[in-house]
Amino acid sequence: MIAEAWDWAARVTEWGVANWSHPGESDRGVLPRLTEHMRLAYLSILIGLVLALPLGLACARWRPLYPPVLTGVNVLYSVPSIALFFLMLPYTGFSDWTAVVPLALYTLVVLLPNVVDGLRQVPDHVRQAAVAMGFGPLRRLVYVETPVAVPVIIAGLRVASVATISMVSVASLVGLGGLGQLILSDGFRRQFDAPIVVGIVLTVLLAFVTDAVLVLAQRLLTPWTRGDGGGAARPRRRRRAAVPTGADAASASAGTVGPEAADAARARYPVRTGRGPGYTAEEGRSWTS
Amino acid sequence: MDILTDLLAWFADPAQWTGGTGIPARTGEHVYYSLLGLSLSAAVAVPLGLVTGHTGVGGFLTTSLANFARALPTIGVLFLIVLAAGIGLVPVLCALVALAVPPILVNTHEGVRGVEPRLRDAAFGMGMRGHQVLLRLELPVAVPLILIGMRTAAVQVVATATIAAYVGVGGLGRYIVDGQARQDLTMMLGGSTLVVLLAVLTTLLFAGLRRLLAAPGPRTGAEAAR
Repeated sequence: MIAEAWDWAARVTEWGVANWSHPGESDRGVLPRLTEHMRLAYLSILIGLVLALPLGLACARWRPLYPPVLTGVNVLYSVPSIALFFLMLPYTGFSDWTAVVPLALYTLVVLLPNVVDGLRQVPDHVRQAAVAMGFGPLRRLVYVETPVAVPVIIAGLRVASVATISMVSVASLVGLGGLGQLILSDGFRRQFDAPIVVGIVLTVLLAFVTDAVLVLAQRLLTPWTRGDGGGAARPRRRRRAAVPTGADAASASAGTVGPEAADAARARYPVRTGRGPGYTAEEGRSWTS
Repeated sequence: MDILTDLLAWFADPAQWTGGTGIPARTGEHVYYSLLGLSLSAAVAVPLGLVTGHTGVGGFLTTSLANFARALPTIGVLFLIVLAAGIGLVPVLCALVALAVPPILVNTHEGVRGVEPRLRDAAFGMGMRGHQVLLRLELPVAVPLILIGMRTAAVQVVATATIAAYVGVGGLGRYIVDGQARQDLTMMLGGSTLVVLLAVLTTLLFAGLRRLLAAPGPRTGAEAAR
């Protein structure tokens, strides 16, 4: 049994290595499918982020805008990707956009709430301290609110990127490339399991590598969160209620306006959400999207 | 505009509405597969999630499983299972269950874990036993989150049941697959539209279920937390 499984794994690996790329035929083999997959996935995530940032900013500023926009995004998300790909066909044909437009819109369901929550989580007294120091709305956004929001936005990006990378495979049913084409054309249509397994494994690996890169990016972008065991990487809800108002005015006005102050507040008043120490309600972990 | 008129003509054609390949029959098949897949998954995942959430055993395993499942490409799983087990309804159901279990399991687990310790202490203090705490306190509080997990799973099942037509069963995906084979764009778009409608209806159904099943307290609480 174990020997059989080993043989099977060896056979699959062998196929993957033998068909990795074909010199002279740039469109055959595993590698071109992988690069196509990466292109489609990363383009979608990037466009999603570019859309989510201004939309989230607008929703954080004009609050009545948020519920209808969120409902719209949620309804859009409930549309199955395969149906949306086919509905895009008459307009975009067999170009990358057929996959990229729906996938970019799907990422909004995770990214938009995270951008809004991230911007909203700046404690009021920190914001007031920034105003008192003479920060205008733009400087406040750039120097105070955005740095505080970065960990939450990246937490959203992690969820969105994993979901997008696995969904790109469906695009092969419409006739687009990516690792899904390996699964469909080389694997299923020829009743051959090795390409399917190689496709699945590479998709999962790509998702995990992307996730790791985002974790790394977050650590580089927000060095001040390192001391706190990575806990700040997670969106924390209900913090505003948990931080006694004005309690941290001292630290906020002591010259460290910005994320440091927010983190100081966080460290002093850890939020209890009923799980072990350091565990906070994290939307990305339970399956809300 | 041309496409839209074609699409309307396709829907208006009386031949679409009768017989074994008509829209009612195909929709019925689709709903049947989806319901079967979803109820099987719920039957597995909800009790398991309740137990792991209540006892705290296997929390790490559940979370890891969820992360792994999120990264799995749907069509790869479906095609691999069908290739291994042959064409038919049972392999398709296996794939549907494999995809629908993780979201339900994780949300049930997290929902039970997320119950305020104070409430749990109070329940024990009132003399409730473990299973009573689970069924009378933790389950009702977790219902909104469980329903969100079931909604995610249901939408995914409806979508994947479409892909199931590629492996020879019925359902709305047949219009897409047969339309592709005949180069009939209108038929493909008609099938896609029906799938979209069914998915949106599913979402609405779960919004209604949430109103019906969730107690007012946890419901508003979960809304505030979102």
